[in-house]
Amino acid sequence: MHQIAPMSEDQAAIKAAVEKTLEPFGDDYWAKTDETGDWPEEFCDAMAAGGWLGIAFPEEYGGAGLGLTEAALMMQTVTRTGAGYSGASAIHLNIFGPKPLERFGNPEQKRENLPKIISGEEKMCFAVTEPNSGLDTSSLETKAERTNTGYTINGRKIWTTGAQRADKILIIARTTPKDQCAKPYLGLSLFYTDLDPNKIERQPIPKMGRKAVECNMLYIDGLEVPKDHLIGEEGEGFKYLLQGLNPERVLFAVESIGLGFSALERAATYAKERVVFGRPIGQNQGIQHPLAKSWAELSAAELLAYKAAGLYDAGQDCGAEANSAKYLGTEAGFRACETAVLTHGGMGYAKEYHVERMMREAMLARIAPVSREMILNFIAERVLGLPKSY
Amino acid sequence: MKVLVPVKRVIDYNVKVRVKPDQTGVDLANVKMSMNPFDEISVEEAVRMKEAGTATEVVIVSIGPKQAQETIRTALAMGGDRGILINTDETVEPLAVAKILAKVVAEESPDLVLLGKQAIDDDSNQTGQMLAALLDWPQGTFAYKIEKDGDALTVTREVDGGLQTVKLATPAIVTVDLRLNEPRYASLPNIMKAKKKPIDEKAPGDYGVDISPRLSVVKVTEPPVREAGEKVEDVATLVSKLKSAGAI
Repeated sequence: MHQIAPMSEDQAAIKAAVEKTLEPFGDDYWAKTDETGDWPEEFCDAMAAGGWLGIAFPEEYGGAGLGLTEAALMMQTVTRTGAGYSGASAIHLNIFGPKPLERFGNPEQKRENLPKIISGEEKMCFAVTEPNSGLDTSSLETKAERTNTGYTINGRKIWTTGAQRADKILIIARTTPKDQCAKPYLGLSLFYTDLDPNKIERQPIPKMGRKAVECNMLYIDGLEVPKDHLIGEEGEGFKYLLQGLNPERVLFAVESIGLGFSALERAATYAKERVVFGRPIGQNQGIQHPLAKSWAELSAAELLAYKAAGLYDAGQDCGAEANSAKYLGTEAGFRACETAVLTHGGMGYAKEYHVERMMREAMLARIAPVSREMILNFIAERVLGLPKSY
Repeated sequence: MKVLVPVKRVIDYNVKVRVKPDQTGVDLANVKMSMNPFDEISVEEAVRMKEAGTATEVVIVSIGPKQAQETIRTALAMGGDRGILINTDETVEPLAVAKILAKVVAEESPDLVLLGKQAIDDDSNQTGQMLAALLDWPQGTFAYKIEKDGDALTVTREVDGGLQTVKLATPAIVTVDLRLNEPRYASLPNIMKAKKKPIDEKAPGDYGVDISPRLSVVKVTEPPVREAGEKVEDVATLVSKLKSAGAI
């Protein structure tokens, strides 16, 4: 039910209800989580209690059966309230992360796990990236070797978000050596299994922003995985992962756009109130124009993001739109945050005004989960038909 | 016990209201609208009564433009059973609202009409009382606590200087105050369920009520800007300043 501009009655209701749910979590809450690094449990509990984690999952598992469009609207609303990525990343994985499980898992696996993920009872993390293979997923080194009862996984993963509190891990590992596969992306398998802390050492990575939602280095040493924790067919894991890429790009785009709008609103308010040389600084075009430009950039990227979401919901290819929206949305989001800091002058550098935190968080979305350069490569190659450059 | 809950669509309480340049009213263009916060409290109370087994059905009614349907839908997502939209784009004054509600009451025969004590747009605080007068029903206004007591209701009211407890025979009118409860947020599953709940659409004419205005607004203005104060050294200076200003 793609609509968004103007919003359908349901979409307006979703936006209003998410705003209400976020009301108790003001700027001070997010500033504090950013200072202490404490996971925003109360926020996650509120979102789970409101049924929001199941927005894009079928009703039979406790979800709402809505599409990417509504999921995107919800996530944009989360960052737009000022929660930024400290809020969005704490639940982001629940929104589309379990999709491979829903689409390729067997009925038993789905019945067992999806309701728990949606209710927030079970927390999952998603382990794909490795120190020696970032976007080159086919070069993964983590191995899953067959045993009598299933598999044993050994290897390393990096940037695994939320692994400190996860009970479950969705992990991709090589089950057939690359040189024995017809194609490099074959021979990878996907597992949804218990995160056994005795077999997986989790080290948080100190990072630039979003301290509340940690990313980890994982050292996996002899993780035993029962056979029935394999998702779908052995060797097909990469194909399953691909299914989730476009929705994730759209979500990153709108999250960054929401964050940008939030920073922009603060900057406009400050520019109206801050008086220098006897007039508000917002009366100067030197202040106005960068803010106006940011608004235009955010709005344009927003349009493309919801176009991509609409195509996805209609079952059509949205690769070009989703990638472009991710590129434009996260760049516009960062620029809006940067402009907001500059508009605030010295106070923009002070934590008290929250925009510096937003700027640090906005940087994240420019890099993860795919770099700007790889997006441009994709568009050059797949949309414009240019030769592959790497 | 069947409960009728009237709700009003008003400017969201977070929005900074702008007065129209011609001073005829406030600017509603592109402004976020929501359910009147006192009506959220009455919806919450009715839903709690239903959950506690004292209410059997919660009927939501709103008088206003087409978009007031969204406000009804919000109330249904909170737990209301069905809705009635009385569609009009005209301004409806409290007396006209009360007259329409009296007709709705005649049709629906509720045991209790639970209203917000006032709407935050015009702060009239009249509809509940006028409805009680038109129906000749007992009323408990500014409710702080509502308890069912056999066929009657015990209502604790917020009054100047404390709390007053009254006992009302049903059917009755109760208007709710701020501290009665804390309204819930609509959850996603309940928003989805609300889509399937029926909303009847009517017009003021269906009830034979003449809604033409009896009042005329002279003008609407912004509150005066507070002027900067003055800091003084000590109490003696303060007193002499106040004296010279003629304040004491």
